[in-house]
Amino acid sequence: MKHILDIVSISLSYRNKLILEDISFGVGKGEFFVIIGPNGAGKTSLLKILAGLEKSHQGGVAVRGKDIRNFTRRGLSQILAIVPQQVEVGFPFSVAETVIMGRTPHLGILGLEGKKDFHIAQEAMEFTDVAHLADRKLHQLSGGELQRAIIARAICQQPEIILLDEPTTALDPAHQLKIMDLMEKFRREHGTTIIMVSHDLNLASMYGDRLLLLKEGRVVKTGDPKSVLNKELLEESYGCRIQVDESPVGQVARVTPIPDKYLHLHD
Amino acid sequence: MSISAKIALTTVLLGTVLILTAIIGISAGSSGTHFWETLSILAGSSEPGSITSTIVWQIRLPRVLLAASVGGSLALGGLVFQALLRNPLAEPYILGISGGSAIGAILAMLIGLSYFPGVALFSFAGSLLVLAFVITLAGTTLGNTMLSRDSLLLGGVMMNAFCAAVIMFLISMTRSFQVQHILYWLMGDLSSLQKYQLPILLVIIPCFGIIFILARPMNLLLLGRETAASMGINVRITVLLLLVITSLMVSVIVSLSGLVGFVGLVIPHIFRLLLGPDHRLLVPACILGGGSYLIFCDLLARVLPSAGEMPVGIITALIGAPLFILLLMRRKT
Repeated sequence: MKHILDIVSISLSYRNKLILEDISFGVGKGEFFVIIGPNGAGKTSLLKILAGLEKSHQGGVAVRGKDIRNFTRRGLSQILAIVPQQVEVGFPFSVAETVIMGRTPHLGILGLEGKKDFHIAQEAMEFTDVAHLADRKLHQLSGGELQRAIIARAICQQPEIILLDEPTTALDPAHQLKIMDLMEKFRREHGTTIIMVSHDLNLASMYGDRLLLLKEGRVVKTGDPKSVLNKELLEESYGCRIQVDESPVGQVARVTPIPDKYLHLHD
Repeated sequence: MSISAKIALTTVLLGTVLILTAIIGISAGSSGTHFWETLSILAGSSEPGSITSTIVWQIRLPRVLLAASVGGSLALGGLVFQALLRNPLAEPYILGISGGSAIGAILAMLIGLSYFPGVALFSFAGSLLVLAFVITLAGTTLGNTMLSRDSLLLGGVMMNAFCAAVIMFLISMTRSFQVQHILYWLMGDLSSLQKYQLPILLVIIPCFGIIFILARPMNLLLLGRETAASMGINVRITVLLLLVITSLMVSVIVSLSGLVGFVGLVIPHIFRLLLGPDHRLLVPACILGGGSYLIFCDLLARVLPSAGEMPVGIITALIGAPLFILLLMRRKT
């Protein structure tokens, strides 16, 4: 598979503290790539480097073979969109106004959107099922609706890569699946590469083509879900007892963390 | 309605308001109100030598042009700083402009310099010195992000507080007849302008243009700097350009008018309530609306007192605060 993103031996330190150390991997075009790991492992820092928002790293990130530092912000944003973990809703922009902001890297100097841009925004809103909320203000939306509006904005950017930072946190199971299914469907229809940071190991197992397990700034393992979601690796990385078996649905790996009170039932 | 049509409609509507306010502002004054006569003078169909004609061309028209420029620039300055600092209490003087320019102006008055160019130059220089200090401070020491909102805000507030102490000190050392001049300057005073100073105001026009071009990036900055960057905005250049252009514009204005208060705080809020958060509408609205508002306030400042005039800064707050509270209450219900 041809790589759209190549990460070669990157390290990042902040005030003499090593956040990421010697990380290398590649992401193929159209791949669903999930970065997992315990809190403080450096997942979000890694995502920021991939997004070009953090540039003080050593080593190289190549997007379509070109060093990420050599892109203009505008040029990079035409290829790469981000769905951030937290969204600022303090200013009363409507859903439609928010979504069409995704057209920014494609607009001229005055930043006036044309018919084509509105058409693309409309399609994006229909795809993520927020078209009926177009005139609603962001702060009036539920968590799932807000997340779908932000995903519509990312889609509106017409990127080749979408980065998602814990997109399903704070959502109920139905909304989690809806978000994930949307991303999966979009990827299949457009060949878009998806890179997601997640704490939900079972979602990672069900949707990811490949997983990267990060611990204390280092790569523990990269590979397909069944090889990464390995009991020993997970217990070692997360520091708790974990059971991994095969889910009856889709024969994917199923991860169950084991609480203290059930430890006596476990092995 | 497309955004271009909305911008055009807002501009035409508020432009009409500005022109009407300006004509009223030119026709009225302490020497009497002559609406129709003023219209014919402005249209050039009246004989040029009359007293009214001289008053209109030499005194009132420059005065109204100054009021429009000051009001428009201050409202726009407030709008930009409220967006950049994401703080609803931000006003155009917040980065230390008021403190720096006031110290400069008061020093010039104490030395005995004329209002122009002496006081204006000193005030401009004082403003730029303090601004340069605050921006450098925010860019290097405080915080770890270049020009972070908090370090700019804190730096500006601290500099203004420090300057306020210096101002109090200077006033306490001043002989009584000079105190009124200083107070008038501090409250904002449009009465000292001479016609030949008007060309200086032309520098604000390119500032308006640049800020309008940056209106859409400002929208994205409201969503946070990283989000703006992720959608293709060069945040560092945009923020720096907005800071420098706006500060220059406000400093020029302050050097000619003193510290006219409240316009820069309340006008952006009023238009945000009326038009929403899109800066492509708010930039032209604040320029035209702020200009109209200050022409109107200045008219009252000239006409209301039975003798002389009062500083326009008193009127701006006296009308602006209740107006804003009214709008806020209407929106809640």
